[in-house]
Amino acid sequence: MSATTPTATTAPITPGIAPSQTVGPFFLNCLLREDARRNVLVQPVTAGQRIRIEGRVLDGDGEPVLDALIEIWQADAAGRYHHPADTSAGTRAATPPDPAFIGFGRSGMDENGAYWFDTIRPGAVPFDAAPADQSGRMQAPHICVMVFARGLLNSLATRLYFADDPANDADPVLALVPAARRETLLARRVSSDGSGAVYRFDIILQGAGETVFFNF
Amino acid sequence: MITTIGAIVRGDREVFPPYLYDAYRSTIKRSPRLPLVDVPLTLSERTGPGPAISAITPEDADLTRNAGTGGEAIGQRIIVTGRVLDERGAPVPHTLLEIWQANAAGRYVHRADQWPGPLDPNFLGIGRCLSDADGFYRFLSIRPGAYPWKNHPNAWRPAHIHFSLLGPSWVSRLVTQLYFPDDPLHALDPIFNAVPAPARPRLIARYDHSVTEPEWALGWRWDIVLRGPDATPFEAPQSSQTSQTSQVSQAAATTAKEGAQ
Repeated sequence: MSATTPTATTAPITPGIAPSQTVGPFFLNCLLREDARRNVLVQPVTAGQRIRIEGRVLDGDGEPVLDALIEIWQADAAGRYHHPADTSAGTRAATPPDPAFIGFGRSGMDENGAYWFDTIRPGAVPFDAAPADQSGRMQAPHICVMVFARGLLNSLATRLYFADDPANDADPVLALVPAARRETLLARRVSSDGSGAVYRFDIILQGAGETVFFNF
Repeated sequence: MITTIGAIVRGDREVFPPYLYDAYRSTIKRSPRLPLVDVPLTLSERTGPGPAISAITPEDADLTRNAGTGGEAIGQRIIVTGRVLDERGAPVPHTLLEIWQANAAGRYVHRADQWPGPLDPNFLGIGRCLSDADGFYRFLSIRPGAYPWKNHPNAWRPAHIHFSLLGPSWVSRLVTQLYFPDDPLHALDPIFNAVPAPARPRLIARYDHSVTEPEWALGWRWDIVLRGPDATPFEAPQSSQTSQTSQVSQAAATTAKEGAQ
């Protein structure tokens, strides 16, 4: 294929932010091809406590959404993000992010409408919502979650927190969520074997127990 | 067709579609009904998987020959190229774009697509590439066909290519669709029309003769501007409530006008 591309000088005026559109029903062969799906985030040498996250996505009738796609983004066990914007400022130790952990997961649904990730429990990360935030406030360990599906014209953004973590009480993002709805963001430990723990996190798109979704 | 536009939108409501848009029936049981919770962009949202995943993903940008058959896909050859930009117009370099599309007859390689359009054994309809140092991406493909769906009687999706971009941060994550100009199906498509009218042209590629290669392929140009940490709709709950109400009213008025045409 020719490498010809237009030159930068021909670029038109910036057209404005691109609107989202639904992922539709036909993304499987592209977004979940063998080297694009990422159910397993850990390598043998990754530091941290092994956990499995699993759950279902349910619609307004309580039916599993079989053609959803879940993506997650999380810090490593020390609370470092594998990203240049995490500059290790503030009080955290100046250790680099775990080279054996990127922190990105992408899962489709099995025949029962279940997704799963094998990952590690993330560390706490700075809040620093404002530039040059010097407060040192920390966020409780959490995993960012994005939901895509036919019928979702934009992805839904939420977070997974760990129900058994006392740091949740001081988390500045959970504090913005109406108290009665916070439990929709809590993954609950359902079983454990010798190697790790299993946390369940169902995502309810609509109706009773509707998951809290964020606007950012 | 009566259309209900939901008030629940993530991001700029003059740009992004609502979750509930009942002309697109699949939104009805899958859209949240409770208000989104406004949150600031923390380190978790200002970082993201884009840089790391883009660095390890191999490119596969020629959809006309990537089926592995040795044969070439049937259809009008097209070059789709453009720049990935941030909100200030600066290039977003080295970021992963993943695309998928129907073949020239409007058929996807997918078990859920069973309409009697012919499959092309030499076309998988998937590709991916990275933007270069100046933000340019480039795919070689064939022009996709329109295809029927079951949203409403005699419903047809306009020709489109699905795009997924990781971008530089979690807030920039985008899944969208490219459309081609002058398609009579645009006006009939609830997915396209769920986007507020002023922003719809941003989804339409333009023909660019400087991209067209003689005796080879037609050139289409489509620039993609991603959200970034610089523009967030987060604001005090009281003021956002007021502006949301008036903008929803405007959107509803716009749709009513279009429906009457």
